[in-house]
Order: sequence, then structure tokens, then C-alpha cells
Amino acid sequence: MSFEEIVKPENLVYKKTELLTDKPLSYCPGCGHGTAHRVIMEVIEELGLEEDTIGVAPVGCSVLAYEFMNIDMTQAAHGRAPAVATGIKRVWPDKIVFTYQGDGDLAAIGTSETIHACNRGENIVIIFINNGIYGMTGGQMAPTTLPGMKSSTSPYGRDTHLMGNPLKITELVAQLPGTYFVSRQAVHTPAAVRRAKKAIKKAFENQRDKKPGLSFVEIVSNCNSGWKMTPNDANKWMEENMFPFYPLGDIKVDGNLINAK
Amino acid sequence: MMGELRLMKGNEALAEAAIRAGADAYFGYPITPQSEVIEYLMAEKPWERTGMVVLQAESEVAAINMVYGAAGAGKKVMTTSSSPGISLKQEGLSYIAGAELPCVYANVVRGGPGLGTIQPSQADYFQSVKGGGHGDYRQIVLAPASVQEMADFVKLGFDLAFKYRIAVLILSDGIIGQMMEKVELFDPIPRLTDQEVIERYPWATTGKKKGTQRRIITSLDLEAHEMEKHNKHLQEKYRLIEQNEVRYEAIQCEDAEYIFVAYGSSARIAQKAVQLARKKGIRAGLVRLITLFPFPSKALQEYCKKGVKGWLAVEMSAGQMVEDVMLAVKGCAKVEHFGRFGGVVHTPEEVLQAMEEKIIGG
Repeated sequence: MSFEEIVKPENLVYKKTELLTDKPLSYCPGCGHGTAHRVIMEVIEELGLEEDTIGVAPVGCSVLAYEFMNIDMTQAAHGRAPAVATGIKRVWPDKIVFTYQGDGDLAAIGTSETIHACNRGENIVIIFINNGIYGMTGGQMAPTTLPGMKSSTSPYGRDTHLMGNPLKITELVAQLPGTYFVSRQAVHTPAAVRRAKKAIKKAFENQRDKKPGLSFVEIVSNCNSGWKMTPNDANKWMEENMFPFYPLGDIKVDGNLINAK
Repeated sequence: MMGELRLMKGNEALAEAAIRAGADAYFGYPITPQSEVIEYLMAEKPWERTGMVVLQAESEVAAINMVYGAAGAGKKVMTTSSSPGISLKQEGLSYIAGAELPCVYANVVRGGPGLGTIQPSQADYFQSVKGGGHGDYRQIVLAPASVQEMADFVKLGFDLAFKYRIAVLILSDGIIGQMMEKVELFDPIPRLTDQEVIERYPWATTGKKKGTQRRIITSLDLEAHEMEKHNKHLQEKYRLIEQNEVRYEAIQCEDAEYIFVAYGSSARIAQKAVQLARKKGIRAGLVRLITLFPFPSKALQEYCKKGVKGWLAVEMSAGQMVEDVMLAVKGCAKVEHFGRFGGVVHTPEEVLQAMEEKIIGG
């Protein structure tokens, strides 16, 4: 049966944004990347920014993001996306520029580029997908891997004395004067997706309205393959273990830190 | 009509030329002996003169990736550095080669390896002409021998970079960067408007208009056969550059029996050695390389056919360019190398003595 035979137009309650291509996603079933892609593209479409947006794709599982996002895209070297985005934004100040980066990309090799782009207050959006592990290379430890969490390079669990502590990069960049909006969200339930979309929309609106500074949205996500769990178990594990360490919610709004604990 | 005459440092001439060449942006990081480039630009405020962006990046790595981003978006961008900083830029340069982006960058070479010294050297030849970063790629390498050429090669560099969508390296050294000479500056070329960029460079990421194909800047293709196809295309481009863009200067080579081959500051020293040789009745000449890639192999072969008896490669390295001279002349006559290195500069007398001992008497 064809797609048209299965889905009757009168029964359609949701339509895929045209800013996603028809290419099948290369992500594992249950992975949060697909939803994150969709939400970002919906926001760009709803704000009418597609003709003026240039995205910067990362390395890792989402290296092919440009195959799915139906806008102009530049693929960046490992960790360098904030510098690449800086270069684009500085020569096209009226364009909307965003990066899409994983935790290995943004919080390990790209720590310098991330912190300095945030600190300079580049008027860009950074979307940071944090699943606490290196997905594409086969489940190695990331800077964001939780204490005691197993990975292929911490097979007995992350020993913080030996391997150091997880890096809360989002709290870190929120402290910098160059960030204008910093939020941490998730996309594992419909309610979470709605909140994430609201935060991403705010981030893009800030750039469109030339608010002074960088907008940074972390999405805590799962990696059921890397975590070696079913998608449902991975989401449950994420709620029980990741969210207490990486609490969801806005951290900085309109340049002001909120919920300071 | 004469252009504007000024007395300038090589680094300053390079910076002024970037503004006059209509560059859209410069992203850099200070390092001796080329810090005057960004210092000059910051003092000159080109954002007021032409709208050109100047940004001091947090590192050389960030600077070259800013170049990658802006070049991918169709703009005329430049960076400069010196040896250790250029090593850091190699990752980005490999991506620029893979994604076929136009840009100009300069290496004001100092002695190495490692942190080395801040004195002039030509020891980055291999890195410059054989690739430098990972993967099979080449870049056009221009070797200025004067402050005048530091300025002129910026303009030429941007023309070649956009003609072939390739990185063009201006390979100078601590002497050319730091010395002051008279320079005739070319008249300013206006920067392209945003609309001109969009029309001229349909490959660039400038925002996807409705109903058009999206533009993607990438060096990735997971399918090996597709990657091979891309590599074949790149190699064809490099062969085309070898056919069309060879540049060199032949000095007193018409009747020469013995020829020095050199570039940059070494070429100026070798030119003096030619004068000293001629005074002694030795028929010496000099081939001054202007492009190091493409290498003027055919020109060297022609002189071989005319009966040149020996070649001396003169460079401030332990012997790098000499390998290309050997490949070019294919054993037609003796080829020897003379070099001082680690930041030491040779004298014309030393160069002539090397010719007499290694080639004529050897």
C-alpha cells in the first residue's frame, strides 16, 4: 500500500514540515535525534526563517544532519562548529545561524570553541544534544558520562577519581556574560517535546530580534544502543539518572540567571 | 599611473593588501613573526573603510574554522600565522581542501621543529607543497621575495582561490615579514555586495530560497566509490593548475652552465651569489620559484636540454625543495643542496662557495 492509501487527508492531524527531507533518518529507533531535528525545523518554518538560515552540522551520529534538514548547511570538523558558525555569522550578520552538536563534539574537543563563542556573545543558536556517551564510535565515555555509568571505555563504570567528573557545560556557559538565553530540555515525551520546542523557538527569536548574546539549548537525550537498553528502558533510565544530574528547565532568560541554587 | 607608494613592513603590506583586495573578513591569532598583520588591521579599522570584518580568534584552530565557515558562505576570507600556528590550522585546511573552499592564508615561517625560534626559516616547504593536513590534496603556494610581492600576492591569491575553489598559501618567512621596503600599493577593489556573492557563487551557503536546491558544504562521503570520484575530481583540478599557473623568474639563465634554484629570501641571497659568480667568470644563473605548487618542472627540464651542468638548491632548510628539483630534472645533471637552518640565514659567499665545491669542483 502506498502512503496515500494508508493516510487519508481527512484523518491527518499532523504534517511533516517541508524543512525535513524525505530521506530516511539514519538514527537508531528510539533515539532523540529525529525528534530534535523535527522540532528545530518546525520552529524555523513557523518563524518563516528558512530562506535566511544556515545550519552547522557536527560530527558523530548527527554528522549527516544536512541530509535531513532541508536548508543550507555546512558540516564542521569535530568540535569546531561554534567557530564555523562565528565565521558565517560575522560575514552574514542578518542570516540566522545555528549549530547542532553532541556532547563529545561540544563538551570535549570543542570546549574551547564553545566557551569562547559563548563568551564573545556571538548572536547564534547552539543546540546541544547530551546523551552522556559517544554514540557513533560505539559507546565510549563522554565528558558528560555520569559517575558509575558504564561505557566501552569505562566498562566497570566511570570512576571519577580515575576518569574525572562529568562536565555540566550548560551551567558553565550560563555564567558567561555573552550568553543571553540558556535552557536544558528533553524530547522523550510529548509534554517534554512541547517545552523543548518552546525553548528552541525562544532561542531563534532571540537571534532574529538581534538580542545581545548567544542562545544555548541543551537537550538531554537517550542512547539506547550505547546504553544497551530498549528505547523504553533508556527513557526510564534517563529520567531516573540523567535528569537528577542534569535538571531540566531554563537556566538563563533574557540575560539573567534564574533559579540560582 | 603609479599606485600609492609607501615604506612598509612585509606583514603590514600583506594586511593593507587584504583590505584593498576587497576581503570580507580576516580571522587570526597573534604569533611572532607575523603579529603585525592583525595589529595593523585592528589599528586600520577596515570595518570603517570597507566593511571588512577583523576578529582575533581564541586559537589558530578556531581562526581557520572561522575562515572555513565564512568561505563556505561565499565570502573572501583570509588568515595568517607562523609555523607552530600553521600546524594547528592543518585540520581546517584539510577540510577546506575537501569541501573545495576558496581562501588565502599566509605562513610567515620561523625556525622549527616544535616551538623552535622566531628567526626566519624555509623549513615548512614539505608541509606547504605536499599537503600538510590529512588526505590527498594540494594547494597553490606563492612565494614572495619582496614586500611588494607580499602585497601583490594577496590580490593574485584571491583571484586564484576563487578561480579554482582552493586554498592559496603565501609562503614567506621572518625576513620578508619583518623587513621594510618601498611598496607600490594597488588601487582598492570594492567588496562584492551580498547580492553579487549570491549570484556569483551558487555553491555557497547563503540561505536556501523556496523551490531551489539546498547548498551543502561538506567533505564527507561515507560511500568509498563516491569518495574516490571526488578525489579524482580534485586531482584533475590540481593537474589543471599545474598546466596553467606555473610562475617563476629566470635570472641570467640564458647562457648559464650552473643554476641556483631558490625562492623567497633565499632567492635574493642566491641572486647576489650569481653576481659574485659572474665576476669570477662562472656562468651562473638563478631560477627563482614564484609558485612552489605548481612547481616549474618543465622550465627546469628545458634548461637541462640547453646543457646546464649542475643545479644547486638553496633554501633555509636541511633539504626539502631539493627533492622537487631532483624530480624535475630527472638526473640530467648533478643536483646538490645547500642550506642553513633552525633560523640561521646563509650569506651569498657561502652560497657561491657551495656551488664551487659541490657542483663545479665536485
